[in-house]
Amino acid sequence: MTKTPLQFRHNGRDVALFVDGGVNLLVALRELIGDMTPKFGCGQGGCGACSVLIDGELHLSCLTLAETVNGRSIETLDGMKDGPNLHPLQRAFMEQFAAQCGYCTPGMLMAAKALLDRNPSPTRADVIEAISGNICRCTGYEPIINAVLAAATSGRARA
Amino acid sequence: MAKHRGRGIASINYPIGMNLGGDPSQALVHSNPSGKFTVSLSSIDLGQGMKSVTRQICAETLGVPVEDVYVDTADSDTGPHCMGSFASRGTHRVGNAVMAAAKEARGVMMEAAAEELEVNAADLDTDGRGNIHVKGAPHRSISTKDVAIAAQFKQGKTISGRGIFLVPLSEVNPETGEMSPATCYAHACLVAEVEVDDETGEVAMMRMDSAYELGRALNPRLVEQQLVGGAWMGISHALFETPEPYYPDPAHGPRDFVEYLMPGPGDICPHDIAVLERPAADGPFGAKGPGEMCANPVLPAVANAIFNAVGVRMDELPITPEKVLRAIKAQGGARPQARR
Repeated sequence: MTKTPLQFRHNGRDVALFVDGGVNLLVALRELIGDMTPKFGCGQGGCGACSVLIDGELHLSCLTLAETVNGRSIETLDGMKDGPNLHPLQRAFMEQFAAQCGYCTPGMLMAAKALLDRNPSPTRADVIEAISGNICRCTGYEPIINAVLAAATSGRARA
Repeated sequence: MAKHRGRGIASINYPIGMNLGGDPSQALVHSNPSGKFTVSLSSIDLGQGMKSVTRQICAETLGVPVEDVYVDTADSDTGPHCMGSFASRGTHRVGNAVMAAAKEARGVMMEAAAEELEVNAADLDTDGRGNIHVKGAPHRSISTKDVAIAAQFKQGKTISGRGIFLVPLSEVNPETGEMSPATCYAHACLVAEVEVDDETGEVAMMRMDSAYELGRALNPRLVEQQLVGGAWMGISHALFETPEPYYPDPAHGPRDFVEYLMPGPGDICPHDIAVLERPAADGPFGAKGPGEMCANPVLPAVANAIFNAVGVRMDELPITPEKVLRAIKAQGGARPQARR
């Protein structure tokens, strides 16, 4: 099969690879680049576990053809922390006990980051809407909502 | 057509562990020459906090800082045997096994320290910060690290311990069928408040207030996390989830997350939780376990709240809008019950 050359920015680093036609971004990230932070959940856009940011916008990598991100910038959970320093969202998730099994956590964090990047002072309703495409089986959502609100507050305190 | 508020209550007992084969779990504890301890388990932590709680239990029993304990649950082929992470048994069964193993390891550690300090082991105590000292004479002390080094390289001792917890098998009374499946029970009571739309049959959760009695809460934040998340699962079982087809043809069964419905972050409600602690006589530091019982009271409380709101008795789960609507129609309209 003919492979398509593909270049994009992955967490601030340029990557170049060859992909088969029809390969989705989730597979490209996990199997070709080795970034295991986006998770495979349902493969049909129903759970949000594979969420990534493409040019700052929240996307489901399982439903995104890898070829369509040529020249664009991809952010995943792998690039969220700054060196040894956790992102305020990651700290808030820990402090609020917002993860149990952890499988939804990467997608939740990306959905939350997409929200805070465009709205640093969200209401509770804003947070609920922002994570409503992400399924969590363990936490009951309450600690996740509280964590995102806490991260927004701490972000404003630093600014 | 209107929305009706209703309130329902439910109380439950929940057995910790089971009776089958004595429900055993084993644990091994050993130190390495740096004075850090490893707990070996086959008991799997799938997010419920097994590693955190067994780490606390081991550190407390050994008398060392919690930072000095590592819990390894790597492999059920090579680790000591465990029945598994189910039946709300982890904290109680595995915790007891870890406690027994840590107790034995502590005995060896104190003997090794006694040899180094040239005193009787019975006169020694731990300070919980990584030192062992003569009772009443804190200056006569040795660090657990130095004890571990001496045991390993000088005395030729392994600072280690084995633990198992096994419940006495309860025979079934052939006359009555009576038996004791568990050695202790956790208890809960929950009040649910719902709003039922008699035009659509939809049930909205408005509020929950609950009290859980689960022995001693060894890690209060993990307990709270379990109770909050478990109550969500209770709502899900009460109102949303089913693997069965909504219509007789199995082809109408749910196939994916679009059809297998669960409450989203917009479907939850405020939930006030009170944790009551009545230490269990046979629990590790009195703990029972919040495991599965956290979801159970929600289902009957919601069913009772729906009866209180519109007067229909729902006895099949999940209580979908269609079932509620059919029941309301069958009785000729909503009949709100008295509020108490």
